Amino acid sequence: MVLASLSLASAQDSRMSLPTTVGAGSAFSIHSTGSGKAVLYIVGPGQALRRDVQLGESTYFPVGSLYNAGHYLVILVAGSSTDNGWVDVVPANTPANLSFLAKPSRLPIGLHNGISGTVYIFDVYHNLITKPTPVSFKLSNPSGSAQQRAVTAHEGVATTEMDSSEKEGFAKFEAQVDGISSTRVVEQVPGSPCGLTMIARPSGKGIQLATNPVRDCSGNAVPDGTIITFTESYDGAQSTADVPLKHGVAQVEIPAHPGATITVASGVVLGNEIHWQK
Amino acid sequence: MTIKATLVLFSILVAPGALLAAQAVVHVQPPDLHGPRQLQDQTATAVVRDYLESWQSLTAALEKNRVDLLDQDFVGTAKDKLTDTMRQQAALGIHTRYQDRAHDIRIVFYAPDGLSVQLIDNVVYDERVVDNKKVLTTQRAHVRYTVVLTPAETRWRVRIFQADPE
Repeated sequence: MVLASLSLASAQDSRMSLPTTVGAGSAFSIHSTGSGKAVLYIVGPGQALRRDVQLGESTYFPVGSLYNAGHYLVILVAGSSTDNGWVDVVPANTPANLSFLAKPSRLPIGLHNGISGTVYIFDVYHNLITKPTPVSFKLSNPSGSAQQRAVTAHEGVATTEMDSSEKEGFAKFEAQVDGISSTRVVEQVPGSPCGLTMIARPSGKGIQLATNPVRDCSGNAVPDGTIITFTESYDGAQSTADVPLKHGVAQVEIPAHPGATITVASGVVLGNEIHWQK
Repeated sequence: MTIKATLVLFSILVAPGALLAAQAVVHVQPPDLHGPRQLQDQTATAVVRDYLESWQSLTAALEKNRVDLLDQDFVGTAKDKLTDTMRQQAALGIHTRYQDRAHDIRIVFYAPDGLSVQLIDNVVYDERVVDNKKVLTTQRAHVRYTVVLTPAETRWRVRIFQADPE
């Protein structure tokens, strides 16, 4: 058995007087008994320190000496004698840094819980503050409306979800903790076209087709570049024309075929239908 | 093997070639998520697997004071802090070996965007400190770790690795 072969020393030593916990970055001291010189080690995955000390005196560690939260093994070596103990370094109580991730950065309007925000809370030494901490989330829309959520962070993390607004534009998404805030910008873009319609009129030997201004269901203009598809069906044949929106409308000239049926669509959204008789 | 099982028990081997071919006993408890997103079994399994592998990297890196051994499994704050520790150890002429003996893991958070997972691990490990080839001590520790992992190209990497008082 591997464990049996290890020489495990006692967990706590009587020659050292150790604090049980130390606030990250706070000053502290370790007192030892006896006389003569010794070496004091404080070692953990977060930091490693070594001090030459005088037994019987207190060894002072000034502010900023031990700042990474963690569980530290303290070893006092005096000649052939070794004593051990443990110290926990805990995060500072005051938040100093937020890691705030808002997703997505761009989304359609009117999506329920379409925007998520996750914030991790750190102290000045980038230790995760794991005690329950109130967090305020606020999504401010261009129209001036805002959604707010109050959440308690557990184990250093808080999350929320927000609805995208009914109006396009850039929204400010802010997380705030104890006076510290972090802001992200979320672009809300118009949704799919709604109530897509076109008109047709003769143009020489052809037909001039043009949509009315294309808007989503909230009245926002659908962005230029959105593809509008015109389809003409006649005598068992079919031809299509894909046209990008320009200045909010799409227009194209197609050959005229008496009896043709002409439709307009954008993606899966269908518009009106025209039967050309001329 | 499924994370949904009330208790899953399995073992991992330390890196091949390690002097102590020790096994860590691993308990994975059912997720207790405080976020809105559900966690798929495959994701949970991958997170736990990659996290446990990160202990092998940590052990090797701190024992050899080699920062490059962290690259596969650590990023961000966790990597920065471990890197600083290795530099301090190297400057002091000391090495440490953290041999994990047992893990009791529970995933507690999965971000709505899927870009971070948080777990709590009650770890038992042996810490051996060596100063200029002289073993100063080996001590057993029972520590509660808060760990945040984020996805990389092919695996989850440890971004926050922090021991908290139990």
